[in-house]
Amino acid sequence: MMSQTWIILGATSTIARSFARLASERGDGVLLAGRDTVDMKATATDCAVRGAPLAEVIAFDARDSRSFAAILKRVDSIEGTLSVAVFVGSMPSQDEIDADPSLILGTVTDNFTGPAEFLTTIAPVLEARGSGVIAGIGSVAGDRGRIGNYVYGAAKAGFHTYLSGLRNRMGRKGVHVMTVKPGTVDTAMTWGMGKLPFLAQPEKVAADILRGADRQKDTLYSPLIWWPVMTVIRLIPERVFKKLKI
Amino acid sequence: MTWKTTDYTGWGRVHSATGQLARPERTTALAALVKATPAPALGMRRSYGDACLNDGGRMIDMTRLDRVLDFDPQTGALHVEAGAQIGQLLKIFSPKGWLPPVMPGTGLATVGGAIAMDVHGKNHHGAGSFGVHVTEITLMTPNGPKVLTLKKNMTLYKATIGGLGQTGPIVSARLQMLRAKGDVMIVTERRVEGWDEFLALLDASEATYTVGWIDATARGDQLGRGILEEAETGAGLVPAAKRGKRIPVDAPGFALAPSVIRMFNAAYWRRVPDKGRTVVKPIDDFFFPLDKVHDWNRLYGKTGFHQFQCVVPIEAADALRAMLERIAGSGLASPLAVLKRMGAGRAGYMSFPMEGYTLAVDFPNRSAAARLIGELEAATVDAGGRIYLAKDALAWPETVRGMYADFSAWSKAVKSADPHGHYITDLVRRLKLRAA
Repeated sequence: MMSQTWIILGATSTIARSFARLASERGDGVLLAGRDTVDMKATATDCAVRGAPLAEVIAFDARDSRSFAAILKRVDSIEGTLSVAVFVGSMPSQDEIDADPSLILGTVTDNFTGPAEFLTTIAPVLEARGSGVIAGIGSVAGDRGRIGNYVYGAAKAGFHTYLSGLRNRMGRKGVHVMTVKPGTVDTAMTWGMGKLPFLAQPEKVAADILRGADRQKDTLYSPLIWWPVMTVIRLIPERVFKKLKI
Repeated sequence: MTWKTTDYTGWGRVHSATGQLARPERTTALAALVKATPAPALGMRRSYGDACLNDGGRMIDMTRLDRVLDFDPQTGALHVEAGAQIGQLLKIFSPKGWLPPVMPGTGLATVGGAIAMDVHGKNHHGAGSFGVHVTEITLMTPNGPKVLTLKKNMTLYKATIGGLGQTGPIVSARLQMLRAKGDVMIVTERRVEGWDEFLALLDASEATYTVGWIDATARGDQLGRGILEEAETGAGLVPAAKRGKRIPVDAPGFALAPSVIRMFNAAYWRRVPDKGRTVVKPIDDFFFPLDKVHDWNRLYGKTGFHQFQCVVPIEAADALRAMLERIAGSGLASPLAVLKRMGAGRAGYMSFPMEGYTLAVDFPNRSAAARLIGELEAATVDAGGRIYLAKDALAWPETVRGMYADFSAWSKAVKSADPHGHYITDLVRRLKLRAA
């Protein structure tokens, strides 16, 4: 099998770190992209020791498309299959957003338009290679607008729809696009939020993503329990749903 | 959100705490925490008693800072974040021919915890404690990271190793890994008929890894019977251990009734043939046999359990025998009991090891067991020995201070490193270790 290298966007996130570790342990390369290059260097060394044939750090900011060029330049000389995993995102609380609506722009950029702009930029590179996987990390919050975090949810929903279209386009050229919808995961983002339903460990979600990518899943709920849960939630008529607080 | 209010316990589940925990994922986040709200660090909470608790206060969970920061495959020099688990290091490095230099009985212990308790392993008689192999420690102070070495910062360094976390959170450490021939263990198991034979075998053992399982329920002529395990690393191929089981619920009290334990121990002892045997085991099977059963502490039910562990000097072996007699006579011991010869190797002022014999016995948490442990502690003092603070949940201040000859040096160094007592834990409070 040809070697695979993952471009990991948002590599300082908890799930991304678990994912990079798992991918490294099975011999995939990792190109860690994010803002905190000092922290990512520590992850890169860890990945190299665990078996990644390539483990490098590259500065990337979803809010600054000028940072994209460096990644494209770097991957040019990387042989084998190139895949992308998008972990970029931010989740201000709905209360913070209600108090300061200007936060909406950043939330939508981090969760949707920034990653979408990057993926659209790199899409021709992957198409030309005719292989690889794009794993976009969305959220169960994108399946329905809820009172608790509907701006974040709306951004993720936009990203889901974008990924669906991208899948439609890239599949024709041998590049698979997977939409991942994690539920609540035990990360820095959810720490201190109180008791959360079906809280999953990042290692579990990362393993699901890697396996889903290998098996070319289109949409992946992780953990799987969220698939029936969200199916039910999506089926509730809006007339009823608007009165609920879930 | 930075802080999360949590109920948590030590491994023995006798003591518990309610307090706020933070779990930084980046060094910068840890630095910000220690600057604004310094609090003691905790790892995987494998200390049995209250060393990893701060009831009503705050603690910093280090488990997400667990990366390898540097490794030299030529020399085996490793730089690793404090939250990394010893078992993870074993998994990463044993295929490359390197082992953590010292491994405690659980692979789930973190590097930071291994330093703060200066843990020992089955190779203590030769290799010394964990801290002996540490070459550099980075502490997080309110003014940022501070790098310590034995040469440049002797007192603070020795107050940190085995120092119960009282000098502040450890961010990372450099340690010297141990060359290994391979990642399988060649283990020779021998039945031991009684106490005198056990000590003689332990004294004579030339193996790198030596440990004794002891039947703490056997009395009379059979007192001190057990199984001696001697092991070396080797190259070869053995199937990996089966996936671990989990204890899903707290066991009922009768699961550990004395008669059940006596029968179990007798059968366990006979498991090894009369003439002994040599077997080949996966490396983690040998070092961390109990880790295969997740949450095995739940076997003791919801009231939890104690582990009593002491070490006594060689010349006090008879006192240790008397202690075992008392334990066997009580009928309170669980099957988990270990006897080992210790060397002199230790690296901190408050390190547990001393040249001698160490005995560790688990007891379900009952009032009779607490009384017995109190007697055993007194006997340890009389024998000139020590109890292990990573295990202790019951001792009194007067008992402990006299056991640690360098207590005042430690106390002074800690006072200067943490004048406001930010890093005080429940164990330190109970034993009045900072009340000098």
